Amino acid sequence: MELIQQLVNGISLGSIYALIALGYTMVYGIVRLINFAHGDVFMVGSFVGFYAVTMLGVGFFPALLLAMASCAVLGMIIERIAYKPLRNAARIAVLITAIGVSLLIEYVTIYLRGAQPEAYPSTLLPDRNLELFGVVISSQSLFILGTSLVLMVLLQFIVHRTKIGKAMRAVSHDAEAARLMGINVDNTISATFAIGSALAGAAGVIFGIYYTKIEPLMGILPGLKAFVAAVLGGIGIIPGAMVGGLLLGVIESLVSGLGYSLWRDGVAFVILILILIFRPAGLFGKNVREKV
Amino acid sequence: MATWKRTRGFWVSVILAFAFFAVVEWLIASGTLNVFYVNTLFFMAINVMLAASLHLIIGITGQFSIGHAGFFAVGAYASAVMTMKLQLPFAVGVLTAGIAAMLAGLIIGVPSLRLKGDYLAIATLGFGEIVRIALLNIDYVGGASGMTVTHMTTWPWVFACLFVTILVIANFTNSTHGRACISIREDEIAADAMGINTTYYKVAAFAIGSFFAGIAGALYAHHFYIIQPSNFGFLKSFDILIFVVLGGLGSLSGAVVAAVLLTIVSTFLQNYPETRMIIYSIVLILVMLYRPTGLMGTKELSSLFKWRKAAQGGMNHGGKNTVA
Amino acid sequence: MAAKTPLLKAENVGIQFGGLKALSGVTMELYQGELVGLIGPNGAGKTTLFNLLTGVYVPTDGRIMLDGETLNGLPPYKITRKGISRTFQNIRLFGELSVLDNVKVAYHAHARHSMLSSILRLPSHFRGEKEMEEKAIEFLKIFQLDGVMHEKAKNLPYGQQRRLEIARALAAQPKVLLLDEPAAGMNPQETKELMKLIAFIRERFALTILLIEHDMSLVMGICERIYVLDHGQLIAEGTPEQVRSNPKVIEAYLGEEVS
Repeated sequence: MELIQQLVNGISLGSIYALIALGYTMVYGIVRLINFAHGDVFMVGSFVGFYAVTMLGVGFFPALLLAMASCAVLGMIIERIAYKPLRNAARIAVLITAIGVSLLIEYVTIYLRGAQPEAYPSTLLPDRNLELFGVVISSQSLFILGTSLVLMVLLQFIVHRTKIGKAMRAVSHDAEAARLMGINVDNTISATFAIGSALAGAAGVIFGIYYTKIEPLMGILPGLKAFVAAVLGGIGIIPGAMVGGLLLGVIESLVSGLGYSLWRDGVAFVILILILIFRPAGLFGKNVREKV
Repeated sequence: MATWKRTRGFWVSVILAFAFFAVVEWLIASGTLNVFYVNTLFFMAINVMLAASLHLIIGITGQFSIGHAGFFAVGAYASAVMTMKLQLPFAVGVLTAGIAAMLAGLIIGVPSLRLKGDYLAIATLGFGEIVRIALLNIDYVGGASGMTVTHMTTWPWVFACLFVTILVIANFTNSTHGRACISIREDEIAADAMGINTTYYKVAAFAIGSFFAGIAGALYAHHFYIIQPSNFGFLKSFDILIFVVLGGLGSLSGAVVAAVLLTIVSTFLQNYPETRMIIYSIVLILVMLYRPTGLMGTKELSSLFKWRKAAQGGMNHGGKNTVA
Repeated sequence: MAAKTPLLKAENVGIQFGGLKALSGVTMELYQGELVGLIGPNGAGKTTLFNLLTGVYVPTDGRIMLDGETLNGLPPYKITRKGISRTFQNIRLFGELSVLDNVKVAYHAHARHSMLSSILRLPSHFRGEKEMEEKAIEFLKIFQLDGVMHEKAKNLPYGQQRRLEIARALAAQPKVLLLDEPAAGMNPQETKELMKLIAFIRERFALTILLIEHDMSLVMGICERIYVLDHGQLIAEGTPEQVRSNPKVIEAYLGEEVS
């Protein structure tokens, strides 16, 4: 029973990772960039949700939508200002810029509101415990899981059934050819950042409800772990990010469950290094050779 | 005679370095430099060592490693264990720090052979985190509360370590071995095709770079009385990265100058850490957007003095139009 | 000819990428001192064959032998040290390094001073570096690049970059030199001079040269023997005259440039 309990916790945690990982993977798929600032967009989403609830007094869903919308805008701004001018620059330059943007968001947040943490209001979602075959599942985890699932299904729909989704897939396959086919590549990239960031914003609100404590540097670790999840699933592959996120969440919960909770944060990185060495294309990826 | 001519610049630098050492030693002994300045000076030297060692890995060999604080941490803790737990002399601690960090460098360097660019960056970042989390969990070294360390770092030690670091890295770079590393940075496939054992040189760069980061760790540990895992997180790695990037990827003197300047800046902004990070990050973004080669590009300060010699050879540095 | 053993031999060599057979059943023999051409339409697998010969890819079938020694599975740098050196179709110079240093890098494998001697600046370091510099300048002189040796490679005009690539490949002191479209993008005058230069270095360094070229007339002019690749397979082999009149070759080139 203990095991199943950990599994349930792991899936809740994993769905948060999956939501963040989706943004990483979509952005990487389309511009081959590790958006280091993605974890910080997640943090901003969490704070927007928090202020929406505490200051505007709105409920869970309006707060979630507000966080997603703000993050979408933030994501697009970051892309336009910092990444777009570097689209043809060396990879290292882009990566360093991304690190710079990440630090900037973190410390501007601290500058504006201080580094102290905030406690998410616990009354946002009905909190009742359901007992199912001896496993305690909080209604909150169900809410979290449900919201994540709906968002993921929505994303699949956007990517596979809409015009912008088709454009995104075309650009990620071959940006130059897509441009020749009359697709507006810049707008498509913007849309990708917007969608990815909105998902991170949603993850921020969900994280706040689940863990109750939020602070300006909270994005670093979940951001990195979500990246690990994306690599685990095969970076650039949307279903890979979902599976990778859930898998990572479950593994972490099991490690905590086995009594090594302090090592939990290290596990993700060990997985990362192992996967990079043994299967760098990830679980769902194909190996690509460099052309000589 | 020919050798003398070629090494003249070298000996002049050595003499200047020792003159600097003597002057500072005298200033410290006579009490003219107060504790604040001495601290800043030591911190500067440690940062220069970190910058120079990371420069070898990123700037010269082109291996984008962003977990340098991990090697720094390994060195700091290894030396502290030697001196504090085992009561061995400081010299043993310093050497152990270098060797332990070098071993860590080999451990991370070997997988790096299979990884490139972004992936390597993330893997090294992950390595840095693993080191920090491991230290946090090892009770022998104090866990989160860290270790208290006796003050043993003195100016002669700092100077000697700094001097050796710069000398070794400069000598390595200005040799066929350094050129082999640069060729990997420029085009790994071509380097391989020209007979360069790319694996060997990548690992060598990691090993040498992490060795000196470890030495820097030993000096740091024995200067600041206490070491904690939180001193060695991402932010420390990013600090070091900023020195190298700002100085110019590929320029040792650039990295050194950037480390010195930024240490001064951060000393002034000590009480405003957020402001410091905001300035750092904006500078980082602006440099990448408008001058991605950093302050110095791949040029060295010494090349500014060499122009006359080059002109005699009928060459015009940077004069692209003379050839076309 | 047949009595001599070949210097470089590819025996039934093939490679698959995923399910795709990029090259199959290629058998090729190069004898000491030959200048051999390798032609074929775009995408025929010429560069892939070079990549197999130099160890960039490991063949999934067959064997590659140099002087009777099997090279399969050796990393590129070891193959280079055994005596096969190459240039690249899309120039791959070390852009930030000077022209001189580009050549020195290729001479690295023949340097005798150790890393330690360089770090400690022992006399052997200075001796080794001096020898390297002299050698490198010697190669640059042959290609008339000594005048620009302190320029960064990336700042050279195109034609000089092509020549520098050959100089660099030569500095690795190969027995067999593989040239991948060395005249690509050059004007007829430059091409002519380059071909003379290639003939010259073959004599001077007793080289065996395999040359990929797109310009048929050019290959016909200087190569003693020619191999023709199409769709990953050898379709013809022989003297320029034999190849020119081979119906298979004409068919393969039909619709492409016919010489």
